[in-house]
Amino acid sequence: MALTDFSMLELARRLAAGETSSVEAVKASLDRIERLDKKVKAFLLVDARGALAAAEASDARRRAGTAFGRLDGVPVAVKDLFCTEGLATTAGSRILEGFVPPFDATVVRLLKQAGLPILGKLNMDEFAMGSSTENSAYFPSHNPWDLTRSPGGSSGGSSASVAARLAFGALGTDTGGSIRQPAALTGTVGLKPTYGRVSRYGVVAFASSLDQVGPIARTVADAAALLQLLAVHDAADATSATTMAPDYATRLDAGVAGLRLGIPREYFELEGLDAEVRAAVEAAAAAYKAQGATLVPLSLPHTKYALATYYLLAPAEASSNLARYDGVRYGLRVPAGGLREMYAQTRGRGFGAEVKRRIMLGTYALSAGYYDAYYLKAQKVRTLIRQDFAAAWEEVDAILSPTAPTTAFKLGEKLDDPLAMYANDVFTLPCSLAGLPGLSLPCGFSRAGLPIGLQILGKPFDEATVLRVAQSFERAHNFVRAPPLGEG
Amino acid sequence: MKLSREQVHHVATLAHLALTAEEEAKMQEQLSAILDAVETLRELDTSSVEPTSHAANAVEGWREDTVVPSLSPDQALKNAPARVGTSFAVPRILE
Repeated sequence: MALTDFSMLELARRLAAGETSSVEAVKASLDRIERLDKKVKAFLLVDARGALAAAEASDARRRAGTAFGRLDGVPVAVKDLFCTEGLATTAGSRILEGFVPPFDATVVRLLKQAGLPILGKLNMDEFAMGSSTENSAYFPSHNPWDLTRSPGGSSGGSSASVAARLAFGALGTDTGGSIRQPAALTGTVGLKPTYGRVSRYGVVAFASSLDQVGPIARTVADAAALLQLLAVHDAADATSATTMAPDYATRLDAGVAGLRLGIPREYFELEGLDAEVRAAVEAAAAAYKAQGATLVPLSLPHTKYALATYYLLAPAEASSNLARYDGVRYGLRVPAGGLREMYAQTRGRGFGAEVKRRIMLGTYALSAGYYDAYYLKAQKVRTLIRQDFAAAWEEVDAILSPTAPTTAFKLGEKLDDPLAMYANDVFTLPCSLAGLPGLSLPCGFSRAGLPIGLQILGKPFDEATVLRVAQSFERAHNFVRAPPLGEG
Repeated sequence: MKLSREQVHHVATLAHLALTAEEEAKMQEQLSAILDAVETLRELDTSSVEPTSHAANAVEGWREDTVVPSLSPDQALKNAPARVGTSFAVPRILE
């Protein structure tokens, strides 16, 4: 087993025992990135110098007995949506090319304070809008399981880097499924925490009522350990939760005996749900029953309206959030005759096709005469979707479903069909709209050898149960595998 | 719902987006298809439903009015495409 194959916690154990060093781990990761990332293309920027300096400092702390914590010295990477002081941050967009933030996002600061070296910035769909990384202004990332396929999106660089073992773990963001869907498509564990659980300060904003930061890792325990670092109140984010996070490790191995797990009918009846995905998820549900959980058939009747609701609300919020890219304070400026012309030319040149589409859709949904029919209507349906879940929580402790309707699709396959691309998010959107925690973990492989993801949804701020349910499956049916990447 | 070319152009103006003729034509077709797809929400009677604006039950985050360190003008202006002294420079808007 190569050093880069270890889980975060296994590496942490070896660091603590003095069997390896953070410098060795960073060098092994950088070496693997050097050899393989020309195929996977997960990274937009590799910060070898910064990561090595952080690793040296970590090793010095370990030697002095002053390690910052369990994960001190474990190298990770972050989506390029997080501001990193002194390190270029693009959000996958040309409009932010050359932008070097003068501050760290809170989550980046938390990683640094815990001693984790940051290997670099990961590719993503521009401004986190997309499900494939093909909307990156720079290049698409490739799925380590089949390089002709997408690693999902928008956090596809995060999922690809973790699956390909270029990084031990990664941070992503999830607005409508952008952590869970890429995790499902790459055979990794991705957790979107409850809205408000993790600070959004310094995270380039997409849709502020939905955006949430979370980990992508190779094991459930790693995801829990990363979340533990991130789940702290931040006065710099007014929506940051003040409730203390529990110790996620305490009940991680408690099993599912006695838990009630909901099976929402609407998720399994969807036209377009791949038969192999459905079979794998149903097999996972049966496995839970064998472990002592009670399966409870459920109805979440407004599920089919989530897609339309999301694709009105998220673009509306995005059209407002992205107004700040106007060529005045940072990023691209296209000189033009007057101020308005400069705005329009800068934005016309700097944004890619999908971002323009969503700004247009959102501007339209918010514009005079259409606000009530589109934006307000969608906000009301959002209430109905929340009420579906609120009723379900009277009966169950967690909900099981597929994460994505299919396994990884070919790059280019859906690029020119926005509605087909949006349909990828059909199972992840309701959770986002309701602000719930949701996790995807590998539950099998298709005959073609592609990973399949199981989604576990939980009550608000009950990440502990979501992780515990996930752990119970992973322990019995471990689908963590190394993808068959040539070592060339 | 089929958007007219004029509507597309008007929305682009509102959004401060310079679109090429080709982009406008494609936008007209794709936005119309998306608006057709979201028509499904009309099936639902929401006359007595309160809107949800936020996933969290947001509470006002009052805090003490204390001075904390923030960016210096130089740091804040470091990424500016153009600056004059401690200000962002923009094209002239007044004659």
